[in-house]
Amino acid sequence: MFKKAGLSLFALLFVSSFLFLNAGTIKIGAIVSATGPASFLGDPELKTLQHYVKKINDEGGVNGKKIELIAYDTGASPKKAVTFVKRLISQDKVVAIIGPSTTGETMAVIKFVQRAKIPLISMAGAVVIIDPVKKYVFKMVATDRMACQRIMQDLKKRKLTNLALISGSGGFGKSMRKQCKAVAPSYGIKIVADETYGKKDTDMTTQLLKIKNNKKVQAVLNPGFGQGPAIVAKNYRQLKIKQPLYESHGVASKKFMEIAGKAANGVRLVAPPVVVADKLADSNPIKKVALAYKNEYEKTFHTQVASFGGHAYDSLYAIVAAIKAQKSTNPQKIRDGIVNLKNFQGIDGIVNMSPTDHLGLDTKTGMVLLDIKNGDWSIVK
Amino acid sequence: MIELFGFLLSGVTVGFVYALVGIGFTVIYNSSGIINFSQGEFVMAGGMSTVFLLKAGLPLGVSFILAILITSMIGIVLYKLIAFSKNSSQISLIILTLGFAIFLRGLAEVVFDKELHTMPSFVGDGAFDMFGTVLTYQSILIMVVSIVIVVALYFFFKKTKTGQAMMAASINVDAAKLMGINIKKILMINFALSAAIASIGGVLLTPITSTNYEVGIMLGLKGFAAAIIGGLGSPFGAVAGGLVLGILESLIAGYVSSEYKDAVAFVALLAILFFMPGGIFGNTKAQRV
Repeated sequence: MFKKAGLSLFALLFVSSFLFLNAGTIKIGAIVSATGPASFLGDPELKTLQHYVKKINDEGGVNGKKIELIAYDTGASPKKAVTFVKRLISQDKVVAIIGPSTTGETMAVIKFVQRAKIPLISMAGAVVIIDPVKKYVFKMVATDRMACQRIMQDLKKRKLTNLALISGSGGFGKSMRKQCKAVAPSYGIKIVADETYGKKDTDMTTQLLKIKNNKKVQAVLNPGFGQGPAIVAKNYRQLKIKQPLYESHGVASKKFMEIAGKAANGVRLVAPPVVVADKLADSNPIKKVALAYKNEYEKTFHTQVASFGGHAYDSLYAIVAAIKAQKSTNPQKIRDGIVNLKNFQGIDGIVNMSPTDHLGLDTKTGMVLLDIKNGDWSIVK
Repeated sequence: MIELFGFLLSGVTVGFVYALVGIGFTVIYNSSGIINFSQGEFVMAGGMSTVFLLKAGLPLGVSFILAILITSMIGIVLYKLIAFSKNSSQISLIILTLGFAIFLRGLAEVVFDKELHTMPSFVGDGAFDMFGTVLTYQSILIMVVSIVIVVALYFFFKKTKTGQAMMAASINVDAAKLMGINIKKILMINFALSAAIASIGGVLLTPITSTNYEVGIMLGLKGFAAAIIGGLGSPFGAVAGGLVLGILESLIAGYVSSEYKDAVAFVALLAILFFMPGGIFGNTKAQRV
């Protein structure tokens, strides 16, 4: 009886390993929120993955093997993300996972990839994903903390020490508000006003009036994305508030200028370098890769490049680099390969992973500071 | 003191936005006794259609009129669905409108896209300065249009035969039928009318808030709250409800904390339902819900 079971188990293992060898593909899973409230993240991410997987395969694959991308759409639901991660691990037997697109989903799936020992590169922003370090979880996207640090550096340089916050109440705005409040004291910046607005609000005049009437305010920062910041910028100009207005990387797209119109002029914002790839200095090491991606994306999909697609590009090529370096598609080896990535030139910056740093980006290459002038960006030196 | 006026003024401008959405709820409720939860999506459809017709190269005026026609057609489709399931209970029909709202959002995602869009305003970007705050021309336009719509509806329901037939249909369907009123036609006009009002709202709001496929969710909820606070049957009530809501939100954000602002709408809604189920301007009819 037991012998029989053992035998059939052995047969099963044998057959399946045989099948696996025969198929000869590298299965990489992807979990993106291509539809639903975070579709502006997941949509360019999925397009990027599909396009570049095809490109890698057309060029002969990785170490002679083709990549098979197995992608699922979560609609930004953490529950679905968990279901799909389980499916990727147990049924699809992927060797690495890219995604999810949002922080909430990522936090929900971490314990399953940790248990299954499958490396995962998240495309979400928050710092909690890799702090504290989890053995199999990585991300290469600049954190909101880095965005805050970049802004605080600039405020300190301009001697604007009294800052007012007006934050969106969505996940992005909340998280960045928290990070900015946490890093402000180390730059000698005081938060003198702290307003919020709902992410579907139609008017922020009341909150801005309070800030306007607060005599201490020297600069205003608006963490948030979507239509909120555009309305803030419009109301800001209507109320003729004189202090400089800072926006977050959440609005680092041409869309913001389109919606805010003239009100966007004079706004200063932090942005991932890819959105201004063509304006980066030639000495900047990421210019080449970022510009190539931007041009290819815009040519293929006929829309403005979004920084989010770049996260997918970096994650995919980091896994490819790990497989090449380790000459293996074993998940454990891929994980070792990712953790040993050194001087990896991604779209989001130069990445140097280590066992204690699963982000590996530095603030200098990870974020640039931009001024909006006459409906276009210029890089602040 | 000047601060208070500033807060009040911005509350009033926001209030009229809610009112404009809220009016649409009262029109369908008046004729069918149904709360149409696709109302917010009608607003979205009006705004999005105009934006995309403009992009196709049509002039603003033509796009605006076409968008109203398109949205009215969507309203008629919803009516046909409701007429098709005429033996269902009111609750089922209300759920049907919810489902239709989700369908419209999905459809907009496919037909249009998921991006944010905006459009130029009819009256330019100018504004009056007063009380340390501003009153934009677009806000004034929204106020004027809301009031015109409400007054027009008042005369329509009170003075015209069709309007009175609609009122009769809402009070007692069977009696109205016996009086020779064509209920089907009346209801269809009503759904088209309500969708048209919503799409006017959508077009007027887009220059201020910008629009995308899901902009209708929150607008619908706030408009619904405005309509309930005012008493469901009355367009005047919807305006009053919208103003109460907008001013409350602004005062809470101004004097307490902007964190609590969004809770105001729903606390006010609950309070009204508990203590004044007929709303500010409502009659006992609203209790039937």
